[in-house]
Amino acid sequence: MVERPDGEPPVVHVPHPEMHALLAPGHNFATVTEKISSLVLQKGTPLWWFAGFGVSFAVMNLMLVSIAYLVFKGVGIWGENIPVGWAFDILNFVWWIGIGHAGTLISAILLLLRQEWRTSINRFAEAMTLFAVACAGVYPALHTGRPWLDYWLFPYPNTMGLWPNFRSPLIWDVFAVSTYATVSALFWFIGLIPDFATLRDRTTSRFAAHVYGMLAMGWRGSARHWHNYDTAYLLLAGLATPLVISVHTVVSFDFAVGIIPGWHATIFPPYFVAGAIYAGFAMVLTLAIPLRKLYGLEDFITTRHLENMGKVMLATGLIVAYGYMMEVFAGWYSGNPYEAFMIKNRMLGPYQHFYWALIVCNVISPQFLWIKNVRTSTVGLFICAMFTNVGMWLERFVIVVTSLHRDFLPSSWGMYHPTFWDWSTYIGTIGLFFTLFFLFVRFMPVISIFEMRTIVPGAEVREETAS
Amino acid sequence: MSAGPDVPAVRVDLGGVRRRLDGAQGRTYWRSLEELARTPEFLEFLHREFPAQASELDDPRGRREFLTVMGASLALAGLVGCTKQPDEKIVPYVQPPEQAVPGRPLFYATAMLDRGYAKGILVESHLGRPTKIEGNPDHPASLGATDAAGQAWVLGLYDPDRSQTLAYRGEIRAWSDFLAAMRSALAVQKPRQGVGLRILTETITSPTLAAQLAEILGDLPSAKWHQWEPAGGASAAPQCRFDQADVILSLDADFVMDGPASLRYAREYTARRKRPAEEPMNRLYVVEPTPSATGMIADHRLPLRPSEIEGFARAVAAALGESAPPAGSSPAAAWAAAVAKDLQAHAGRSLVLAGHYQPPAVHALAQEINQRLGNVGQTVVYGPPVAARPVDGPASLAELAADMKAGRVEVLVILGSNPAYTAPADLAFAAAMDKVKLRVHLGLYEDETAALCHWHVPQAHPLEAWSDARAFDGTATIMQPLIAPLYESARSAHEVLAALTSRPDRKGHDIVKDFWRKELGADFDRRWPRALHDGVVAGWTVATATTPATATDTAGPGTAPSPPVAAVTPPATGGGLELVFRPDPYIGDGRYANLGWLQELPRPVTKLTWDNAALIAPATAARRGLANNDVVELRYRGRTVKAPVWTLPGQAEETVTVHLGYGRTRAGRVGNGAGFDASAIRTSDAPWAGSGLEAARTGETQVLASTQEHWSIDAEAGTRHIIRSVTVDEYAKEPEAIKEQTEIPPRDMTLYPNNTFAPHAWGMSIDLNSCVGCNACVVACVAENNIPVVGREQVAKGREMHWLRVDRYFSGNPEQAETIRAHFQPLPCMQCENAPCEQVCPVAATVHSDEGLNDQVYNRCIGTRYCSNNCPYKVRRFNFLLFQDWSTPTLKLQRNPDVSVRSRGVMEKCTYCVQRIEHARITAHNEGREIRDGEVQTACQSVCPTQAIVFGDINDPGSRVSRRKAQHRDYALLAELNTRPRTTYLAEVRNPNPELSASAAAEGSEHHG
Amino acid sequence: MTAKAAGPPPIWGLMAEFEGPTEVVEAARRAHDEGYRKVDAYTPYPIEELAEALGHHHSWLPLLVLLGGIAGCLAGYGLQYWSAVIAYPLNIGGRPIHSWPAFIVPTFETTILFAAGTAVLGMLALNGLPEPYHPVFNVPQFARASKDRFFLVIKSRDPKFDQDRTWSFLLSLGPRSVSEVDY
Repeated sequence: MVERPDGEPPVVHVPHPEMHALLAPGHNFATVTEKISSLVLQKGTPLWWFAGFGVSFAVMNLMLVSIAYLVFKGVGIWGENIPVGWAFDILNFVWWIGIGHAGTLISAILLLLRQEWRTSINRFAEAMTLFAVACAGVYPALHTGRPWLDYWLFPYPNTMGLWPNFRSPLIWDVFAVSTYATVSALFWFIGLIPDFATLRDRTTSRFAAHVYGMLAMGWRGSARHWHNYDTAYLLLAGLATPLVISVHTVVSFDFAVGIIPGWHATIFPPYFVAGAIYAGFAMVLTLAIPLRKLYGLEDFITTRHLENMGKVMLATGLIVAYGYMMEVFAGWYSGNPYEAFMIKNRMLGPYQHFYWALIVCNVISPQFLWIKNVRTSTVGLFICAMFTNVGMWLERFVIVVTSLHRDFLPSSWGMYHPTFWDWSTYIGTIGLFFTLFFLFVRFMPVISIFEMRTIVPGAEVREETAS
Repeated sequence: MSAGPDVPAVRVDLGGVRRRLDGAQGRTYWRSLEELARTPEFLEFLHREFPAQASELDDPRGRREFLTVMGASLALAGLVGCTKQPDEKIVPYVQPPEQAVPGRPLFYATAMLDRGYAKGILVESHLGRPTKIEGNPDHPASLGATDAAGQAWVLGLYDPDRSQTLAYRGEIRAWSDFLAAMRSALAVQKPRQGVGLRILTETITSPTLAAQLAEILGDLPSAKWHQWEPAGGASAAPQCRFDQADVILSLDADFVMDGPASLRYAREYTARRKRPAEEPMNRLYVVEPTPSATGMIADHRLPLRPSEIEGFARAVAAALGESAPPAGSSPAAAWAAAVAKDLQAHAGRSLVLAGHYQPPAVHALAQEINQRLGNVGQTVVYGPPVAARPVDGPASLAELAADMKAGRVEVLVILGSNPAYTAPADLAFAAAMDKVKLRVHLGLYEDETAALCHWHVPQAHPLEAWSDARAFDGTATIMQPLIAPLYESARSAHEVLAALTSRPDRKGHDIVKDFWRKELGADFDRRWPRALHDGVVAGWTVATATTPATATDTAGPGTAPSPPVAAVTPPATGGGLELVFRPDPYIGDGRYANLGWLQELPRPVTKLTWDNAALIAPATAARRGLANNDVVELRYRGRTVKAPVWTLPGQAEETVTVHLGYGRTRAGRVGNGAGFDASAIRTSDAPWAGSGLEAARTGETQVLASTQEHWSIDAEAGTRHIIRSVTVDEYAKEPEAIKEQTEIPPRDMTLYPNNTFAPHAWGMSIDLNSCVGCNACVVACVAENNIPVVGREQVAKGREMHWLRVDRYFSGNPEQAETIRAHFQPLPCMQCENAPCEQVCPVAATVHSDEGLNDQVYNRCIGTRYCSNNCPYKVRRFNFLLFQDWSTPTLKLQRNPDVSVRSRGVMEKCTYCVQRIEHARITAHNEGREIRDGEVQTACQSVCPTQAIVFGDINDPGSRVSRRKAQHRDYALLAELNTRPRTTYLAEVRNPNPELSASAAAEGSEHHG
Repeated sequence: MTAKAAGPPPIWGLMAEFEGPTEVVEAARRAHDEGYRKVDAYTPYPIEELAEALGHHHSWLPLLVLLGGIAGCLAGYGLQYWSAVIAYPLNIGGRPIHSWPAFIVPTFETTILFAAGTAVLGMLALNGLPEPYHPVFNVPQFARASKDRFFLVIKSRDPKFDQDRTWSFLLSLGPRSVSEVDY
């Protein structure tokens, strides 16, 4: 092996000006790579990780107990009844699915829109998406009276000669959610392959080298690889974009296709999608802000990222507010006594405090994001995000429960009261979510390393050499 | 699956079982094995396992209790599948038994008893298992209908809590031991003319029993026969003819639901309201203290305190020229005047009747008025008594109690009655019993009285034993057993009484048959089978009744002979509230307290289940700062009882109504502890009403399980045109107005092709003008379709399983109590042609049949509950937990084999009794013909006393249902949703008196808003 | 393999290591101009110019994905039509047997699912992944290909490959180092 005669150092390039805010100055390929991969490869795990994981894991077990008892006794352990046949199960399903939208949205849509600022957040946003979808999946699977027969929801040849009813929005859900989960998982995994390769090459432990090696599948960054890889990634983004829009549209059909006042509304699809993005970005912020502090990732997840996300929240928040407004308007304008009563009942009925809390969380609180100082302060953003997380849950409660509990015939009206098991299952899913998330931050690169390299100064080929 | 997801059975510790087995013997051993599941240790373990909120496992008297409870002795298991018909020859209603075909039920005629009076029934028997009760069309007190209690009789037969062994001081004994004991007791009594012998029965109309008693009293002239009917003697006389009456005044008489003739009266009364504007309608005035079904559907209703009713009757009488001074002071003088005028205008075609619970004076006044109006013989007949030796129940019981206290009673034989629980508190009956040396009890349950008796003989259920009884009009029915007694030590009253005669140990069959051999004389052999077949003894008349009538019988239940009106002084009204006692509309005096079907049946007006309550008018409650579920202490004549409050519109001001039959301690595992015992403050001198009641708040609350939200919702109901009610004049003027209340999308306004249905298109029409809200249809549906009982906790959560519910909406101005009225709307599945439930089911578990039924495929259902959410009528029911009892052998015997039994996690709903449709289809096919109109009768339809429900083929324009739907007042519920319901309603048409219609208008305004 | 190679060459190829993207792209162009065809480059992140420089101009992937999508679309609608109209027709809520508007939703989802699946599997297939062993990993400093170094490899399979001449050619590109890649 022969050393090059002149040990001339590589030329330093003037970095692209508008990249500043996305990556703190002074970083190059090596530093970016080392910084991020060391989070995974470092010897010894930080104490806060054990604390966080321990708590989440304990809470997840609460969910497992609840599920065991549910299967053992029946859905009657929840507070549901006739008329309120759906409550925590479906509203939490929708809540989680909504949260599970930001990831794919950031990865796909922002990629197509060439929003480079997505680079440092898309990885864990995608992970969050997957985990949220996993939590959401718990509910449709378990809310049925006979969960062990859920497989009847899938179209498969069977001795009964029966097929699902493809007119039912629940079947649409099955297709939409399972497709969404699959595609998101693929998207996420594809994104990880080059980084697995990095980890494979950098780890010192043989075991880790083998595991990451298998995950990397022999990736070696050949030009041909990258060529197909980019094409595939772009195509996936193109496919995931309509998908992510469709998923919450379909979820909203569960209600919009129904006949119940408060459900039967054409505005649902757009405002559910907006709500999903709104909720998704809120959750991304909820996770990103502590994460960058704990891992010292301020260089990569900069104020500019946070501010942009704040802007998205503001925009989608306004759309959601418009949705609420239109519901009220329709209630009045339709002249339909059932619609009118439904609105009145939401505002003044037994569940009115849920409605007004919802207005505060989802309509009032995002207005603070008009202020730049709020958008640029981690604390301000975090508070807004928390309000949104709660608000979106309240929105689903109002839609699901208050619409059902008083519909057409007053004789059948009733009340819903969540039981211990309603709460334990819900809190348990939050435990599941964070358990998965903690495992993720410990064993996988939370930021896409190879994509970060592309925005390092000098990542681009200088044109003058192209002659 | 037998134990279902029910831990108990699994966690039995065998050591414990073995310990229990030692010392236990025979059946009890098995029973304890079953009951081990409920040991306190186990429940406590469950509590440690699961937090309290997770209380499906332990809700007291909840469904779990009800079911594990029903897990009864395995001795019964032996009975499953090997039930046998009685050895004696019994005659089926339609075909002789040798035609019995598996899957083909046979119907046997017999009778159910209401306060001792017969209501004819046909019992459906599947291979010897009685499963369902229908009315006997040939019986004057049934006309094909039955009441709620009658429907539940079949559950009573199979109630695993029935007493099963003959016992002396709790030790199992043989029948021969009992006979020996009786013999020795008689040996002592005989020489002393039986001076120490007392026999206590309920009201008796059975000629055979009467003859037996006469024989005994003949042998032992000094012995005494006492009668005690806690729910009121309900003497059937006078007999009314509502079909003849144009104007009816009811003085607190709930004639459509209460009493031995209620089924007939309800039929005759509503028959005059079926074709308003085409046939003249009758008009009903009701004066009553507490809202009854009758009052709530009346054209005019005046709530009065009990003490005011006599005054009102007096005022009416006065206005009719009665000699007594006109009671101008009466609160409702104007009202009375108007009513009197109306009655006068229809002299001879009017009818005044007084309620069972009214004092003799009111009955006398009613009789007085009827005579003056010349109604007697036209609309009302005062005939000879039907009951054998009618007596004043409370007085008779009081005399017995006095004798016991004085130690004059040595042998007390109690047949069926349960005085230890039902006796008014002032008699201290239970205490007095201690003084009696030998106490014998015959009863279906080891109840409060049995616990105080030396001998307890398990009573054979009337469906298990031979007997006879007479209807309100004297018609006799021979009651034939459908099945040999489930417990061989069970005996009938006839057999126990025989033990007191010179010829003990005779079979009930022989006793009854011998009696009738004498009665029917020469051609007995022809008439006996005929009588069994028809369910009535043709050509046998009152004249041959064994006991002569006494004067007392013309008046109300157990009342003294009515004194001349002048002599009656209006009762002095003390301070405080007035208190009204009523038997519960379904569990009566408590005898049916252990029947879950009846406990869970919403009370007609209050819609309460599983509890009784202190019913108070909203204004009165507000004045005292009381609200629903507040527990108050009722202080009355030095006695107190705690009761939860339920505010009830239409209740008379300053009046509290409490129902008897609750607070049982030994009813069985279903009835124990449900509600409070109202007889704890009841006194024998004023058994039905009194004044001077204080209601003191305790600060406690108790959640009452009502199946409908509070009545304030009803204004909302008005704006939705759910109940449509017009006056007969309005209807005559613009009949179309009813349909036009909502906009109905035209059938062709759709992108989709309309479906056609062939060969039949099943539909139903429900006449709101006929429905009296008695809920018999609901129990019939429960019995027919194997619907589980869920218990108070689940009902309170809104999880009752009734496929058919009767909605109750109040109308009227809360400020004016006399305008308050209830509207009853039976709500089965609407069988929508565009069913919203079907489209959303992901697994196609609910789909349409080609005859337009909205089918529910239980096997396919996975329980997403989406269909229920999307059902605008909310008529679907979901098995949130394992509500169905899969383990109790006796309950398995009751199940209808034609209807699948649903388990946990499955949605279920009304099917228009598809099993009956298919049954008719097969029969028709075998006979090579079409299904005839009226051949298919749904369970709710066939039980309905007023024929409010008609079912049939709407493809056939000539069918009854089609003709009904052709009426102008036919309308579909929520038609604007374009669900195209197959079940439609006939609007209510009221016939108010123009003079009083101010209130009627106020009422009307409520639901045309 | 060309006639020239009597036996298999002793090595798999020669590898030059570069500092930055510009250099490696430049080197790739030069190698291509030189007539080398069995050339590959390895970089820590995608560089569009590199593919062009090496003459990989188009990928079959988009076509595959299109076919996948069409297949999913047909499969999805076909399944619904067959099961609802042919296999087990039912009157559900009075809706027509062939409720095509309702069938659009699942069809859309299956289309996306099949297309996405094809994209991923297609990419892996076209890249010959998973590939447990590859000679380039025998070069120690190649570990930095996934970090901050850029590599150009001329394979011995190349007809123009001659160990010495190719070696000096690579040196002339001004790399950080040049090394042999053993099998």
